[in-house]
Amino acid sequence: MAAELAESPSDYVNHHMTHLRVGHGFWTFHVDTLVMSAALAAFVAWLLWLAARRASNARHPTGVVAFVEFVYEWIDTEVSAIYHGNRKFLTALAVTLFTWIVAMNTMDLLPLDAPSKLAGSLGAPFWRVLPTADINGTAAMAVFVLILVVAAGVRSKGAGGYLHEWIAAPFGSNPLLWIPNAILNLIELVAKPVSLAMRLFGNMFAGELIFMLIALLGLSVSHVTGKGLVLIAAQVLLGSVWAVFHILIVLLQAFIFMVLPIVYIAMAEEHH
Amino acid sequence: MLDINGTFIGQLLVLLVLLWFIYKVVVPMLATKIEERQQKIANGLAAAERGQKDLLSAEARVEELVKAARQRALAIEQQAQVRANETIDAAKQTAQNEAARLLEAAQAQVALDTQKARDALRSQVAALAVSGAEKIIGREIDAKAHTQLLDSLAANL
Repeated sequence: MAAELAESPSDYVNHHMTHLRVGHGFWTFHVDTLVMSAALAAFVAWLLWLAARRASNARHPTGVVAFVEFVYEWIDTEVSAIYHGNRKFLTALAVTLFTWIVAMNTMDLLPLDAPSKLAGSLGAPFWRVLPTADINGTAAMAVFVLILVVAAGVRSKGAGGYLHEWIAAPFGSNPLLWIPNAILNLIELVAKPVSLAMRLFGNMFAGELIFMLIALLGLSVSHVTGKGLVLIAAQVLLGSVWAVFHILIVLLQAFIFMVLPIVYIAMAEEHH
Repeated sequence: MLDINGTFIGQLLVLLVLLWFIYKVVVPMLATKIEERQQKIANGLAAAERGQKDLLSAEARVEELVKAARQRALAIEQQAQVRANETIDAAKQTAQNEAARLLEAAQAQVALDTQKARDALRSQVAALAVSGAEKIIGREIDAKAHTQLLDSLAANL
């Protein structure tokens, strides 16, 4: 407690907002983001594999098998409603994005100081537990989606057809309109990954920040008086309310990041 | 706060590995199992529907059979009635014939007995008349001499 009391509120927030880094310049790596996201990916993969292996038609599914089957079938139905064609890869993509993002977002619900304190006791001065509050985490997924969108367009229209659409749509194929068409298409194309990455990053970052601000209510109490008790009660109450509300954001943002790439890919295959 | 750095590439690799695993391992396993199950459920539903149809047709057949059996029972009953009537009629006929035969025999017997009694009486009356006439006349009648007279007398009785 003594160390925390010594911290100013801005120090506290800054400390929680700093990644554990190695390297320099572009080749800087956020060790916390990489370790957390890889560990959660491994956990998700293990859970899905376990359920898929245990799934059997000899008896009705129960427990983790029923849960995973339910999630898989729900996602498959969502994808089939958006994309009409062979959706095996897109279902895998949607399952990957949804389960992984839910797992990462859920880290926001851990007690705020616990992971960094644990990492601190293991010798790491900083530890951000939420990979989706790191723009690198969300941008990587968004850029991968962008590559898939372009690939889907090229695959369904051919390289020539895809390039033709760049200059000929949406206004028309008059040579005077080639540049406006290309500019608009560029904006449209770039807006997709940017909005995907920034939406998830912004939501999770803001959610984390609000948890910090709520935590500061209790941290500002130096000795237990009447006012201090009120502040601690306020922290507990607001923290609980925000956590419950945040469950919705955790799932909703994962859902959005699952559905929009499928929509973008389905749109990219449409002919204008 | 918004610096893109090497972490981006690391995150991309993690995503690719997870996606590859889910695409190549998890989804095929789950899809196969779920398809199998859906097939099983569809088969079960089809079987249930077939069972329902079978039940309906069986019920219809049972109804038909019951109807036919009822009709046959009715026919048998009518036949039995006819047969019984026939039997009764035949028995009646036999009895009547027998009665007529018995009556006839009895009548013949009575006629025979009457004849016998008449014959007996006739001979006795002849003897009685002779003895009566002897008493009246006071002498013996020569039976031989008057046989013809006596016989005609007896025949008139």
